[in-house]
Amino acid sequence: MNKEPNIICRCEDVTVEQVRELLHNGYTHFEDLKRQLRVGMGPCQGQNCQEMIRREIATFLGVSIEDVPTHTVRPLIIGVPLEAIKAAKKR
Amino acid sequence: MIANILIIGSGISGVAIAYHLAHKGVKDIVVVDQSYMTSGATGRCGAGVRQQWATKANCLMAKRSIEFFHDAATILDYADDIEFKQEGYLILATDQEEHEQFTNNVRLQNSLNIPSHQLSVSEARNIVPHLNPEAFVSATFCPTDGHLNPFKMTDAYYQAAKRLGVTFLFFETVRAISIESGRIEKVLTSKRTILTHHVVNASGGYACEVGKMAGIDIPVYSENHEILVTEPIEKIQGPMVMSFKKNIYCQQVPHGSFLMGRSTPNQVQGHDISSSWQFLEAMAETVCEILPVIGKLRVVRQWGGSYNMSPDRQPIICEAPNLQGYTMACGFSGHGFMFAPMTGVLISEIILKEPPTLDVSLYHIDRFKKHTMDDIEKSVV
Repeated sequence: MNKEPNIICRCEDVTVEQVRELLHNGYTHFEDLKRQLRVGMGPCQGQNCQEMIRREIATFLGVSIEDVPTHTVRPLIIGVPLEAIKAAKKR
Repeated sequence: MIANILIIGSGISGVAIAYHLAHKGVKDIVVVDQSYMTSGATGRCGAGVRQQWATKANCLMAKRSIEFFHDAATILDYADDIEFKQEGYLILATDQEEHEQFTNNVRLQNSLNIPSHQLSVSEARNIVPHLNPEAFVSATFCPTDGHLNPFKMTDAYYQAAKRLGVTFLFFETVRAISIESGRIEKVLTSKRTILTHHVVNASGGYACEVGKMAGIDIPVYSENHEILVTEPIEKIQGPMVMSFKKNIYCQQVPHGSFLMGRSTPNQVQGHDISSSWQFLEAMAETVCEILPVIGKLRVVRQWGGSYNMSPDRQPIICEAPNLQGYTMACGFSGHGFMFAPMTGVLISEIILKEPPTLDVSLYHIDRFKKHTMDDIEKSVV
């Protein structure tokens, strides 16, 4: 297997090894991992990493992936500049 | 399960109280939370720490707490980074009335050894060059105010408390507090019965409800305050920029993102913490006026969190007058994160009947019995 660090969250440069270390230390909820590692907090808002991280959690806990809660989805769906939001209000 | 002391809430206040009690040798401390750690106000806050207040009670809590934050990683032996930075808070006065009010605030702060001072518009722009000079008339600055990461700070207390033997119960909701002959006997949760004579209410947005469980009327309520975060960029802003009249706080955190929030006028009371487009519009408009260059940044996400409001916008930290063994730390009015170290110290002193570090009468619930409140904190966004 590849010995290089494996990036699981490309927005925040988080490796799968970091995720597994925290799982072993008892941080087994997506929201816990998010708060410690910033996974899901970057520009993609977890759209790339979420399923892979849920699978890591499921494997670690020995449960089905359907039983691992997703992280909280929040607005915005895509990044929008503040001045564009302001300009849209004037129209 | 038997607990010597049961702390309700694993936000920053709960973990700080647990740590300080455990550090003083108290055994069998249990912390219970209805969700994951920092799921409430702590994990939703603006992550600023400031000492520039208009009341003595808030100034004292803040100053001592920032002194603790400065050394927290060492004291708590935390291997990770709490991301503490002291690059100040720059508070803008937007008219003559605010300028005069801030002159008084700085006088009070200096009398308590808080190193704040007033600045002209051009002096303020030396510190934050991208400030719109038309948006304010003067400013105050305290260089030892700053920022730290709420998740990491809570985790630092949590890990230290765990090493000292504190038990944490997550995803477990407190349903009832059972009192017999004027004494707390047990607490019922969604998963078990915990036998205990000591309960600490550190439940943030739910402080009023956790008071009612023990028949205690705590004059606090919760209201939603919204906030957003932008994409990260290289560092351009050291201090938190804040204005009470313009209704904004805005800071670049070490990660590079900007965090900014404002309060919603005439906000309804309750536990709603949803996000609104109205906030997004008003926030965009306000920040584009005061810090125009920030308008170029993309909003990555927005969220809301509870301010637990007290009548004078200052915390309630005391034992319940009519129920021995019930202590409370609530009503922080949006500032529980930055006051947490002193909250932990004071609650531990109250429970262990030690001489208090600060004059605890300033924080006692009985102050609301007076018909007039002498000192209402106005420096709140």
